[in-house]
Amino acid sequence: MELSRLLRHGDRALILAQRLLEQITHAPEIEEDMALANLALDLLGQARVLYTLAGEVEGGGHDEDHFAYWRDAAEFTNPVLVEQPNTDFAHVIVRQYLHDEFALAFWQAAGWDVAAKAVKETTYHRRHSRAWLVRLGDGTPESHRRAQAALDTLWPYVDELFAGADQLRPAWDVAVAATLAEATLAVPQMLPAEPIHEHLESILAELQVTARAHPGATW
Amino acid sequence: MGDPDRAQERFDTLIDADARIEPSDWMPDDYRQTLIRQIAQHAHSEIIGMQPEGAWLTRAPSLRRKAILTAKVQDEAGHGMYLYGAAETLGVDRGELLDRLHTGRQKYSSIFNYPTPTWADVGAIGWLVDGAAIMNQVPLCRCSYGPYARAMVRICKEESFHQRQGFQIMLTLANGTPAQREMAQGALDRWWWPALMMFGPPDAESVHGGQSMRWGIKRFGNDELRQKFVDATVPQAELLGLTVPDPDLRYDAGTGHWVSGPIDWDEFWRVVKGDGPCNAERIATRTTAHADGEWVRAAATAYAAKRLGDEQSDTARHDPFGDAA
Amino acid sequence: MWEVFVRAKRGVSHVHTGTVHAPDAELALQHARDLFTRRSEGVSVWVVRSTDITASNPDDRESLFDPALDKTFRHPTDFELPDEVANM
Repeated sequence: MELSRLLRHGDRALILAQRLLEQITHAPEIEEDMALANLALDLLGQARVLYTLAGEVEGGGHDEDHFAYWRDAAEFTNPVLVEQPNTDFAHVIVRQYLHDEFALAFWQAAGWDVAAKAVKETTYHRRHSRAWLVRLGDGTPESHRRAQAALDTLWPYVDELFAGADQLRPAWDVAVAATLAEATLAVPQMLPAEPIHEHLESILAELQVTARAHPGATW
Repeated sequence: MGDPDRAQERFDTLIDADARIEPSDWMPDDYRQTLIRQIAQHAHSEIIGMQPEGAWLTRAPSLRRKAILTAKVQDEAGHGMYLYGAAETLGVDRGELLDRLHTGRQKYSSIFNYPTPTWADVGAIGWLVDGAAIMNQVPLCRCSYGPYARAMVRICKEESFHQRQGFQIMLTLANGTPAQREMAQGALDRWWWPALMMFGPPDAESVHGGQSMRWGIKRFGNDELRQKFVDATVPQAELLGLTVPDPDLRYDAGTGHWVSGPIDWDEFWRVVKGDGPCNAERIATRTTAHADGEWVRAAATAYAAKRLGDEQSDTARHDPFGDAA
Repeated sequence: MWEVFVRAKRGVSHVHTGTVHAPDAELALQHARDLFTRRSEGVSVWVVRSTDITASNPDDRESLFDPALDKTFRHPTDFELPDEVANM
């Protein structure tokens, strides 16, 4: 288990969980508040496991909270897709689905002990995001328009999701194409964007604020 | 439909025997309406209650606390859903109930109209607000209406973790840095009196109390539960090394009870009537989420209708009984 | 609206646990799983549209169920047997 890989995926899980937590009490239906909380809880669990392992590999006595609360934005290496904002529910679902197809393939290939649980969780996450993407794409003209717009906005961040894991891309393309077809959505032709962490500073400012206000404190 | 007198008699027999009334039983309209109001307001409280703590999900100071708080808020959504489900067995639709909440025709517990300015407020809510809620809720597990009693059994099982996590937060803060101790004391100062007011006005002034007791919907009086809460909680505050913000609080060795100072009922009524610090914000968050979600719900409904349409035309084509021949 | 039935573990039946709101069966199943099995309370979930449930009419309670009361021979405790076969 390589340190940089552990941290990249820990960061991926944490930042995505944070975006989902921002949505709690703002979801379109109480059932979705519950579903998003479920996703966030699983992702937090994955982040904690990965950060704990990273601490052990690093051997510097750092625990999970060190990596979450005491690193600055420049040290985070999450894929930029997960930082993208909760513009509307279509963005939340599209971001989640593109992520979940990747994450499932990633965990299935990972071969770590901790992967087994993550595979089960991510299988369910993908089931949820895929079901919603199909309903938004093949729902009303408005939901279709919003879903396509979200796809077009987020597609440029897909390439970077696969950095260091290119071998997972071809199967992902096939799975995603099938889902989009069922959702009556078009596979975007957008060019990849520069992978700049434009939202990370503000995300971390909120995530870390309480811990940083009380250095050395226990919670 | 049978003889109405016989139906009333049957209902009374069940109530007197402390048996459960089920959805298919005849019940007096007052009983039905009282239950709808009480269960709905309880459900609304759970949903609105997600907000004061939900505000801290993104800022929780450790990953463990973050996960625990997420699980708690998720439970609250679940509790709301169990309760709306129980109310719906009485012949009302969840959409209707939410509409009444959004337009102020139905209320929720005023305790959630107070803000949560610090992390310690999350601890105080778990310790005091959930603590008070548990005292109100345990007797409801034996409420006369079956679906409500069953929902309450489920809720009570899940609720005890809520109070424990709150108390643990307070304990860690009270034993932490001076700034953390101060934060904890500040939260106790803010939440003590609102928690006592959760039990409602004094029994003498309580409008619905008597009839609800006769119907097995309410088991204990407000003052009795409030006293029970104070007696249980003051020693907990002492364990935390924090001071209850009641200069008149004293122990009466004769009765074995802690005697509280006077409660400011003016503030209670102001907050109930909609003038609390966060009333507007709580409702606005709900109504905005509901309005913003309209297109999503419409999409899901449209998709389902299309699939049903497909099923029906498939069935028409198959003609399994050869009727078309 | 959908009625939810959960089988808590192998060897026991599905038990009616509550209701969920959903526009279709797939979402109903997911909501039911999220709502009723968070604490590992289930290995199998069924969701049935509430309108598909056929319930006995409460007015027919007496004619449907009371006649069973006097057929006590359906219960093993109704039979007295010699001690030698008391375990039967």
